[in-house]
Amino acid sequence: MRPVYMISGGITKFTKAEPRKSFRVMVKEAFDYAMRDAPKLRKADIGGTVVSYFSDHFTRQLMSGIMVADMCGLVPKPTIRIEGGGATGGLCFQEAYRHIASGWMDCVVAMGFETMSRVNTWKGNEFIALASDTNFDYPVGGFYTGYYAMMVVRHMHEFGTTVEQMAQVSVKNHKNALHNTWAQKHLDLTIEDVRRSPMVAWPLTELDICTMSDGAAVCILASEEIAERVTDRPVRVAGIGAGSDAMRMADRPQGEVVLLPHEDPKEYKNLKYPGVHSFRAGRTAAKMAYEKVGIRSPLDELDFIELHDAYTSSELQTYEDLGLCRYGEGGKFIESGAPELRGVIPVNPSGGLLACGHPVGATGLMQAVFAFWQLQGNIAKHNGGDGFIQIKPRSKKHPMRGLIHSHAGTGTYVTCSILERAF
Amino acid sequence: MPASKTGTKNNAKKAATKPKAAAVSSATKFRLPETEEGTVVFNTDPLIIKSHYEIDYIHSYAEDSPFFVGLSQGKLLGSECRRCHYRFATPRAYCMQCGGATKWIELPLAGRIHTWTTCYYGGEEFLKETPFNLILVEFDGVDSLFLARLVGVRQEQIQIGMRVRAQFLRNSKFKPTDVYFVPA
Repeated sequence: MRPVYMISGGITKFTKAEPRKSFRVMVKEAFDYAMRDAPKLRKADIGGTVVSYFSDHFTRQLMSGIMVADMCGLVPKPTIRIEGGGATGGLCFQEAYRHIASGWMDCVVAMGFETMSRVNTWKGNEFIALASDTNFDYPVGGFYTGYYAMMVVRHMHEFGTTVEQMAQVSVKNHKNALHNTWAQKHLDLTIEDVRRSPMVAWPLTELDICTMSDGAAVCILASEEIAERVTDRPVRVAGIGAGSDAMRMADRPQGEVVLLPHEDPKEYKNLKYPGVHSFRAGRTAAKMAYEKVGIRSPLDELDFIELHDAYTSSELQTYEDLGLCRYGEGGKFIESGAPELRGVIPVNPSGGLLACGHPVGATGLMQAVFAFWQLQGNIAKHNGGDGFIQIKPRSKKHPMRGLIHSHAGTGTYVTCSILERAF
Repeated sequence: MPASKTGTKNNAKKAATKPKAAAVSSATKFRLPETEEGTVVFNTDPLIIKSHYEIDYIHSYAEDSPFFVGLSQGKLLGSECRRCHYRFATPRAYCMQCGGATKWIELPLAGRIHTWTTCYYGGEEFLKETPFNLILVEFDGVDSLFLARLVGVRQEQIQIGMRVRAQFLRNSKFKPTDVYFVPA
C-alpha cells in the first residue's frame, strides 16, 4: 500500500434549499474551489472520480454520478458511485483512499452531494426511513429520529445520561459554528433553548437534530509524488477503518464489548454490548483506524475530531465508541468540557452536522475538507479571515492529527479516517 | 407564490388530418395534438414545477411470508438458529451470529419494554398518526428484540421494563402493524 495524501478540498455552503443550482453545478463549484486551491494541479493529473450520493429518490435521476463527472469535464476517466446511507461521504473518501493506496490511480477526486430540498421534509423523512428494513421497521415507525430516540432512551436507562447533557452538544456545536462562515446555522443557544424547541421524538427536540440540506463537497487525494509537486502543505491520510452492524436495531446482540488497547474488560463486566445503546460498527471502525496508525490512547494522540452528530445523542454515543471516554460516560464527557473548542480534544470545531447541515452524500467529505484545512493551518484563509476555530493544541504549535467519522443507519456503516499534517 | 395551472387549447382536430402517402411536401403541416393538461408551477425564478411520481410495487414478503400470515392467525413468529440456537424475535431466514439456517418458533404474546419513544413528527406516510409510541419488546428466552407500536398509554406512563402484551387487528392488513402492544 502506498502513502495517500489529501492535496485539496472544496465545499459549497450547505443550505436548507438551493433551488437555483442542480446537484451537478453544486459539485462543479466545490470542484472548482478545490482546483483553485491547488493551482499546480493539472486536470491531466486526475486519474478518475468517485462520486457519492445517498438516495436516487431525492434527485429522481438515476446515474447522477456520471452527470457530475461530465459537468466537471472529467470524462472519459473512470468513475464509480458509492452509497452507504449517512456514511456515504465517509465511504467515498475511503474508496478514493483505496484508489491511490492500491496504485491504481495517482490522483482521484472524491465528490459528493445531496439535494434534499426537492421534496418536503416529511417526504424526505420517509425516504431516509426507507434505509431501514422495509418489511419490519419502516411500516411500524418510518422515522429515523424515532429510532435514535429509542437508542438514547436505553442509553439514559443504562448509564444515567440526561437530556441536558445531550443539549450541551447542540450548544457547543452551534457555538463553534458562530465562527464558521460555511455553517448554515449561526445560533448562540442555551440548554433551555434546546429543551424548549419543538419535541420531535422524545427526548430529541428540533435542536437535537441536524437539518436535511442541499450541498456538495469535494476532496482531491493523490500519491506522494503528486502531493510533493502540487502543494507545500500536504496532509497524509494516515489510516482508515470501517465497521458494520445489522440493519435492524432489534437484531443487535447483547454480548461483549469490542475493546480498545487502553481499555480493561473488567470495566465492562455487566455491560451487554452493543445492545441498542452503542454502535459496534463505530467501535470496530475506530479500533481498525487506531491499529493502522498505531494509536493506543486516542484522547492523547488526536488533536481534534469531526464526527457525525446527526443527533446530539449520537455524538455522546460516539465519544464512547471512539474511546474518548468509557462506555456510559459520554454524558459526563461533554459536562467535563473536554470536547469544547479549547478543551482536551475539540469535537466538531466546524459546528458539525448540527450547525452545517447534512446533505448526506456530501457530509463525510465536508468533514474531510474541514479537517484538511485544520491540519494545513488554513482555517482563516478559507473562512473569510476568521481563524477562531483553528485548533490550537495545548502542548504543540499545530494540530498534527485529526479524525473524521461518518455514520449510517442506526449504526450500520461507520467509517473512521485519520489525517495527519505532513509538512 | 401560489401554485397556478397553465395549459393551451386542444388542437387535436387539426393534427388528426391524415398525411397522404408519397404526397409529403414542404407545404404539409405536422402538429402534435395539444392537450389541456397543465403543469403546477411554484416559482419562475428559478422555474420550479410539481413533478408527480407514484409506484405500486409487487412486494413479495418472500421468506418472511409466514410471519405475516401468522399475524392474521394471532401468532407472533420468530426464528431460531438450527445450528447455534440463537433466538430472534424479529424473524430472519439465516442466523446473524453464525450464518446457520433458522426454523420458525412461536413467541410468547407478552413481554417487556426494552426501550421506547413517542414520535410527534414522522415520515409523510405516518404523519397523520402522530403522536404515536414506538417500543422495542424483549421476550423471556428470546435473544433479540421486536419493534412495535404501543397503544393505550400516554408518554408519561411509559417505562422501560413495563409489561406489555400483543393484540392483533381482526382485519389483517398483512403489515407488521397487524400486531401492536398494550400494557399487560
